[in-house]
Amino acid sequence: MSTDQSWRGVAAEDTDELEHATGVKLQARSRRLLRVLARPHKRLLVLALLVVIADQVAALAGPLLIAYAIDTAVPELVDGNGRPLTWAILGYLAAGLISALMRMAFTRLAGRISQNILLDLRKRVFDHSQELSVSFHEKYTSGKVISRMTSDLDAISDLTEQGLDGLVTGALSVVVVAGTLLVLDLPLGLAVLLGFIPLYGVTRWFQRRSIRIYRRTRRHIAAVIVQFTETLNGLRAVQTFRRESRNAKIFDEDNRAYAHANGDVMVSFAMYTPAVRIIGNISLAAVTVWGAVRVVNGQMEIGVLTAFLLYLRRMYDPMDELAMFYNSFQSATAALEKISGLLEEEPAVPEPKNPVALPNPQGHVVASGVDFSYTAGIEVLPTFDLEIPAGQTIALVGATGAGKSTVAKLISRFYDPSHGSVTLDGVDLRDLSTTDLRRGVVMVTQESFLFSGSVADNIALGRPEATREEIELAAEEIGAAEFIHRLPDGFDTDVRKRGGRLSAGQRQLVAFARAFLADPAVLILDEATASLDIPSERAVQAALRTVLDGRTAVIIAHRLSTVSIADRVLVMEHGRVVEDGTPAELIDGVGRFADLHAAWRDSLV
Amino acid sequence: MTNTLTDIQESPGTTHASGRPGGRKPGSYTALRRLWPAVKPISWRLAGSAFFALVASVCGLVIPLILQKIIDGPITEKNLSGLWPLGITLVLVGILEGGLYGVRRILVARPCMRVEAKLRQNLYQRLQALPVAFHDHYSSGQLLSRAISDLNTIRMFLAFTAIFLMVNISTFVIGVIILLSLSWQLGLVFVVLAVPLIVLCLLFEVKYKVLARRSQDQVGDLATMVEESVLGIRILKAFGRSAHLGQAFRKQAMALRATELKKVRVVGALWAVIIALPEIAIGVALLLGVNQVADGDLSAGALVAFFFVAMMLRWPVDSLGWLLASTNETAAAADRYFEVMDQPLTVTSPAVPVTLPPSAQAGRLVFEDVTFRFPDTADENKDALAGLDLVLEPGRTVAVVGATGSGKTTLTALVNRLYDVTGGRITIDGVDIRDLALPDLRTAVSVAFEEPTLFSASAAENVRLGHPDATDEDVRQALSIAQADFVDDLPWGLDTRLGEQGLSLSGGQRQRLALARAVLGHPRVLVLDDPLSALDIHTEAAVEAALRRVLTTTTTLLIAHRASTVMLAEQVALLKDGRIAALGTHSQLMAESADYRDLLSSNAYTDQQEN
Ligand SMILES: Nc1ncnc2c1ncn2[C@@H]1O[C@H](COP(=O)(O)OP(=O)(O)O)[C@@H](O)[C@H]1O
Ligand SMILES: Nc1ncnc2c1ncn2[C@@H]1O[C@H](COP(=O)(O)OP(=O)(O)O)[C@@H](O)[C@H]1O
Ligand SMILES: [Mg+2]
Ligand SMILES: [Mg+2]
Repeated sequence: MSTDQSWRGVAAEDTDELEHATGVKLQARSRRLLRVLARPHKRLLVLALLVVIADQVAALAGPLLIAYAIDTAVPELVDGNGRPLTWAILGYLAAGLISALMRMAFTRLAGRISQNILLDLRKRVFDHSQELSVSFHEKYTSGKVISRMTSDLDAISDLTEQGLDGLVTGALSVVVVAGTLLVLDLPLGLAVLLGFIPLYGVTRWFQRRSIRIYRRTRRHIAAVIVQFTETLNGLRAVQTFRRESRNAKIFDEDNRAYAHANGDVMVSFAMYTPAVRIIGNISLAAVTVWGAVRVVNGQMEIGVLTAFLLYLRRMYDPMDELAMFYNSFQSATAALEKISGLLEEEPAVPEPKNPVALPNPQGHVVASGVDFSYTAGIEVLPTFDLEIPAGQTIALVGATGAGKSTVAKLISRFYDPSHGSVTLDGVDLRDLSTTDLRRGVVMVTQESFLFSGSVADNIALGRPEATREEIELAAEEIGAAEFIHRLPDGFDTDVRKRGGRLSAGQRQLVAFARAFLADPAVLILDEATASLDIPSERAVQAALRTVLDGRTAVIIAHRLSTVSIADRVLVMEHGRVVEDGTPAELIDGVGRFADLHAAWRDSLV
Repeated sequence: MTNTLTDIQESPGTTHASGRPGGRKPGSYTALRRLWPAVKPISWRLAGSAFFALVASVCGLVIPLILQKIIDGPITEKNLSGLWPLGITLVLVGILEGGLYGVRRILVARPCMRVEAKLRQNLYQRLQALPVAFHDHYSSGQLLSRAISDLNTIRMFLAFTAIFLMVNISTFVIGVIILLSLSWQLGLVFVVLAVPLIVLCLLFEVKYKVLARRSQDQVGDLATMVEESVLGIRILKAFGRSAHLGQAFRKQAMALRATELKKVRVVGALWAVIIALPEIAIGVALLLGVNQVADGDLSAGALVAFFFVAMMLRWPVDSLGWLLASTNETAAAADRYFEVMDQPLTVTSPAVPVTLPPSAQAGRLVFEDVTFRFPDTADENKDALAGLDLVLEPGRTVAVVGATGSGKTTLTALVNRLYDVTGGRITIDGVDIRDLALPDLRTAVSVAFEEPTLFSASAAENVRLGHPDATDEDVRQALSIAQADFVDDLPWGLDTRLGEQGLSLSGGQRQRLALARAVLGHPRVLVLDDPLSALDIHTEAAVEAALRRVLTTTTTLLIAHRASTVMLAEQVALLKDGRIAALGTHSQLMAESADYRDLLSSNAYTDQQEN
């Protein structure tokens, strides 16, 4: 839309060199997300802060007690009084112990906060990616979602696990020490604060530079992951067509680019930390020299200068930790930019806010005035009207690309029409909750994806509350039970990733059983029998006859054998219905279906 | 009992797939040691980095000494003339300290990244070379988490932990020597301190590494779930089961969180003890030292120096907590990495490969008493293929027909050695395919899979997959055989990017591209696994007509479900119970074999139509 929206969502993902304003918006967005994530843990954070303060106090007490032991206890002991020494030692041990316990408490607290934030974020990203529509996933690729949920999350966990420590301890020391310095000697303290100006300068430099490089690392690691998963998922083709070396080259490029970006970051960081250190040391030298002059001129006590210098040193030590924190923070910001972008994507097919209840769908489907295009400007369905009375079985036929699958996807609400509406029993699909929608409409496609897990689990996906008997019955009905019983553990056999343990036809049968078990009012079959042998297909059809009784069904198939069980046939061409009638009428006619049917009869030999 | 996807993740298969360490004892650092070859080229840089870090610490120590000099000298004596040289020294040492900080990082920054990249590249290439049977078992999330998270852990170890282990241990040793020289009795306290420290580290290692390993495995399981949730998004949406999977995911994520919290508790406890130990030592030293001073055995100055050094030793000891944690995590990560790298490459070229005879009149494909059993199939289960004999004469086409699950696809996978036969042999032109160099075999045999895979590349590159140097004309010809001229209508024609990162095609379109890919380059042997299943009738007829021309000259193993496809072959073999049950022409088998009739006869439909 308008250009100032172009950074929204995942749009700006593949650019590292963003306009300054856009970059600022992205960073603001990721920080906003970080705040939202941290908010529920305010109390724990405060507690962690208190623990750190206690730790610092205990740590400060140690040297004082040693000083006391040497300055006071030794002379006392020489005088025969051992008590100060005993107290000093007991005090020292107590301080050490408190410090140790506080460290333990802090580690646990920080771990808990960090893990809670990560868990929260994981859930958000997972749920949101599930909410996003199929059209989004088709463009975004699985590898990228995986990289958002793995390597990007790793970057954030680095921040929350180690960064929290650096931030809390570092910031606390710097603030306390800076305050002390100002109190000790105002002019000198102000001089120290002057050192903050170059510090700010180099930090800005590092901020701008690192965020750009970190964006690059995020993009390259995503490319690495995309290539990695694509290779593993297509391994048979990779090996068969000897694509290994070409793949290795592609992977090497992304992998190197990632290493290079990471190296760039490390080099920037290797320039940033010494800069901080050198600024600290120079201001130490400046303060020493000026302080010396002031002491010599009688404007300052020598003891104050000593303390001042010691404290100054203490201020710049934790600066390193702050720098480390800042580094992880930048890395996490870049990761959060990507994640918050994903989270910001609006589902193109959203759940209704106020769903209309449809507890007992009958299966009366009406598409009225629907038009639809996948890409703006290329209309796939120009003004499409269709009414399917409850209980009717229709067959959709037509050449490849006619728009049959598109109709199926609209009826099962994988997409929403650009104009017009699709209704089930008079309710717009857009007003149905997921539960009601899927009780109403279920689609089986030729892509029969199985999840790793048992056969029974995969069938149960159709209706998780189904009993084992119902699951086995569903398999029985479509003729899948026979092969399932022959598997090593029957219904409990692990089908392995993508169902690799089964043959393609067997997977399709399981997918059918799943759909039958779901028991929807409207069943859509989009070329769902393509990989079946003829007897299996026949068995499925026999099952369909009984299952489809009283149920609305839309069947898309190239083998017109399936059409025989339809009450009505629609022939589609270029997104329009060009013939509509009972199978018998159309076969006896002279239209396209009659031709198609004749051709199919010939193909049977 | 309800069956939910929640249970899926805990089924034995997945656990197996995550490759948990079996009997291996967790306390071994062998895997860590095995990283050495990769680390060796940068070892001097690591050492250099450690050296500079040490020098930087020394500079850090010198600064207070200079400060002390300034206070004791110019300031106390109220003589500013001596101030400038000292001030300038201070600036120089300060710059040196900072500079060395940078040098120590820069020295290892890129090399460590390169080591990581190298390890990742090796893993990737190994995975590409590992047989399909391996990939059947390993979930890809587990492999991915190795390639990303585990290697990240290893890199961090090299860039920080390894260096600081060196620096801190040397600092500790040097410090203790100084302490001993200041007062051997007091120094001894710190030497004794090392004993519980070492015991503790050993105890910790046992406990922590198990947890580290578990957490890494769980990260892999989560990655697997994420991948499945995205790849299966259409199914989840079609059934409205996102929430269901979401629950399973939550459960997994909670399990990971629980492991991480356990890790944190162990580290927290370790840390507490590690921090307390030097404090106790200092306390004891304080008692002894003050007494010694009181007795006049030790000068007060020496005692101050002693504590100064002792305090400096606290950091190297304290840091042991995270150094150990990181080391153990790295050991576990390296274990996981080598677990995959150690998987045997069972399908490889022979040491001395035979070359195929020149190709005139060639392409005789023979299955001799071939048996095949999937690696994990229990023995009592019968073989997928049991004594299969089949001869394909050069240039002939044989259709293999069989029920769903009869082993047709398995048979095709044997021809180009995606799997190796477990008995008998397969020969091409008289040569056992295992005696051929793998690339030669796979050039000679071209396959169209029943589930076509397109890669994120242009349409042209997808077709050229096996023959990158095929001419445009060859590509055109292959496309026209497969009736895949629809590519011209794609937005950028043959240059249109396809696959996951490109345009999505319909099943029928993908299948035709895969067919074009298979027929390109005139393979000696063509294997087509149900290549027309997703095509509509008109397209199917057109492809058949075009294919027929190719098939007359190419040896083809054709898997078919439909009579129309079977008609492309001169001979038909019926696959049943793992062997060829009948062989003949279509009409012969229709006449003679009841099984065959049952499989291919479409009378049932036509009858219904007639009614
Ligand atoms: N995801 C998609 N993105 C863009 N165009 C698509 C997509 N899916 C299908 N199309 C296009 O829409 C038209 C109709 O496709 P489809 O409904 O799949 O046809 P059919 O199922 O009848 O073969 C075709 O021109 C196809 O190229
Ligand atoms: N990777 C595998 N591991 C174990 N069994 C398998 C594997 N792949 C397939 N099978 C089994 O082997 C048999 C043959 O499968 P397949 O060759 O794919 O059949 P089809 O003849 O339908 O192509 C099936 O029963 C299937 O369950
Ligand atoms: Mg379609
Ligand atoms: Mg098959």
